[in-house]
Amino acid sequence: MRYASAVVALARKDLLLELRAKETVPAMLLFVLAALTVFHFAVPTGTSQTAALGLLWVAIIFTALLGLTRAFVPEREQGLLDALLLAPCDRSAIWLAKAFSVFAFLVIAELLALPAFSLFFAGVGWATVAAALLADIGISAVGTLVGAMAVAGRARELLLPLLFLPLAIPIVVGGVGASSGTHGHYLAFLVLYDAVFCLLSWAAFEYVVSET
Amino acid sequence: MSRIPLAGLVGATAALFALAISLIFFYAPNDPNQGLSQRIFYFHVPIALTAYTCFGWGAWKALLHLWRRPEGADLESYVAIHQGVIFGSLTLLTGSIWARISWGVWWVWGDDELVLFLVLFLFYCAYFMLRYSVEDGPARANMCAVYALFGVVLIPISFFAIRLSRSIIHPEVFKLSGPQMAGSQFLTFCVALVAMLFLFATLYQTELAGKRLDLKLRELRELLA
Amino acid sequence: MLGRRFSRRVISATNLGKRFGAKRIFDRLELRLGRGDFLLVTGPNGSGKTTLLRVLAGLDAPSRGELSLPDRATIGYLGHEPLVYRELTPLENLRLFASLYAIGEREQRIGVLLERFDLWRVRDERVSTFSRGMRQRLGLCRVVLHDPKLLILDEPFNALDEAGATLLDATLGEFAASSAIVVATHDPERVEALATTRMALR
Repeated sequence: MRYASAVVALARKDLLLELRAKETVPAMLLFVLAALTVFHFAVPTGTSQTAALGLLWVAIIFTALLGLTRAFVPEREQGLLDALLLAPCDRSAIWLAKAFSVFAFLVIAELLALPAFSLFFAGVGWATVAAALLADIGISAVGTLVGAMAVAGRARELLLPLLFLPLAIPIVVGGVGASSGTHGHYLAFLVLYDAVFCLLSWAAFEYVVSET
Repeated sequence: MSRIPLAGLVGATAALFALAISLIFFYAPNDPNQGLSQRIFYFHVPIALTAYTCFGWGAWKALLHLWRRPEGADLESYVAIHQGVIFGSLTLLTGSIWARISWGVWWVWGDDELVLFLVLFLFYCAYFMLRYSVEDGPARANMCAVYALFGVVLIPISFFAIRLSRSIIHPEVFKLSGPQMAGSQFLTFCVALVAMLFLFATLYQTELAGKRLDLKLRELRELLA
Repeated sequence: MLGRRFSRRVISATNLGKRFGAKRIFDRLELRLGRGDFLLVTGPNGSGKTTLLRVLAGLDAPSRGELSLPDRATIGYLGHEPLVYRELTPLENLRLFASLYAIGEREQRIGVLLERFDLWRVRDERVSTFSRGMRQRLGLCRVVLHDPKLLILDEPFNALDEAGATLLDATLGEFAASSAIVVATHDPERVEALATTRMALR
């Protein structure tokens, strides 16, 4: 199980780096809270529950973007991606480990976001929580792949949102739908999205990071 | 596609367009509700289908590039997607005009296909941002190929999502084509579709030839330097 | 002809060329190295030494020509950056790479290397507190951790102090017989004695 131990070692590295630096997760927590506060002022009284739920998902997507922008920072700033690419392990292991740590950070951010949303706007049901978890998987999978692309380019911080947002639209649809009313179809859709894009990202990551 | 001579393509496209336009304005029956302006349908849907063809062709070339690595596949993929964005913008434009004609507004969220095109338009514009932000080379070719493949997977997934979203956002349903098309309508539609596809082939060949020439010039300049 | 297991050939390149866009970096290079060979690459700054070494390490694809590389698990590359995580300790860094290279008895191997490169006493301190020379020494640990049979070093003496340079000399001597080594430097006197082939880039 060399693959598995490589993934574990890489994921542990990412989590350890964040534990030491303490930059990304606090920023995400603060951002999500600030965003929800802004939304309070942006939303007129008497707005439907569905509209408010939409804002929750906007907050999640943009908090995720914040986290994704930071995801490849050590590899980018110190050229460390080369060190990882030199290793004999399958390149998809890098993707898997990175996506896992992004997922972990998102879940932590949502541990604050969902209760805060309940407090500020309206209660949050189990379907929303399930949808959030499924959405996190999709966001991490696609975001990590696209983040690796953005990192190779010039205007990284600009490029990442542009590459990520169109791909995130189906996630938002699934999330909002699952949060409000008939959740069955939307949760199933999120599972479909996750399955398709996880597989695609896992298989394609090799080509995104290596020239050969 | 690259083996068909360009002059022949141009001639065929011109002829097909002449035929299509005459059919659209003189042969196809008048729509009882919208009159003359309904004919934009004969432009809008073929352009949309051609755009899908462009993206599909681009994704196919991208897959070839990653799989077998033939020399020009990356360039061909790029040109196809470029054409796709052009046809996509035209789709949005004609769709908007049709919306204005049919429902009095310049944009409707209830039209699934149009919303899908908006999402795809955003996605493929980002393709160009990606392409211009990375240095030319094997890395860029690989990344663009992967992105093109993601696009083609996004098409059905987005369509699914948009369908689902209707029940929470817009309950109304708009259909692009009316009830079963009459024979004459169908013929006109088919000719228009073939004309558009030939237009794509012509533009694709032209742009590809231009880009290849550009590349050769640069290589020659390099050798002389 | 002996079977592959006994082959001395480690890396070979024919008609190797690399360009970035329209800019040609090098062209028509020929290379054949086996165990025991030591290639010394010299040339002024900007002559393409770094690019060549990256291509030989398998990081960048050549624009043309044939390149035959050994398995990634047997290649060790040290670039201008030591390629170690600054916010981790030497132990954590080496444990990570040991996992990636699937090295057996890793604690022992790591300990031996840290001792040899005089980093054992700082094994639990973050690399960000190190001097440049110490970071370079840790980079060397990373490079030889998996006992590579192709060792590629890009200006390795640059960041090292005299003690570090002596350690590197010893390491090169150790690997000289059993591996193929490629060193790029603009200070060739140091390794002149070990070199079996030379390549000068312009």
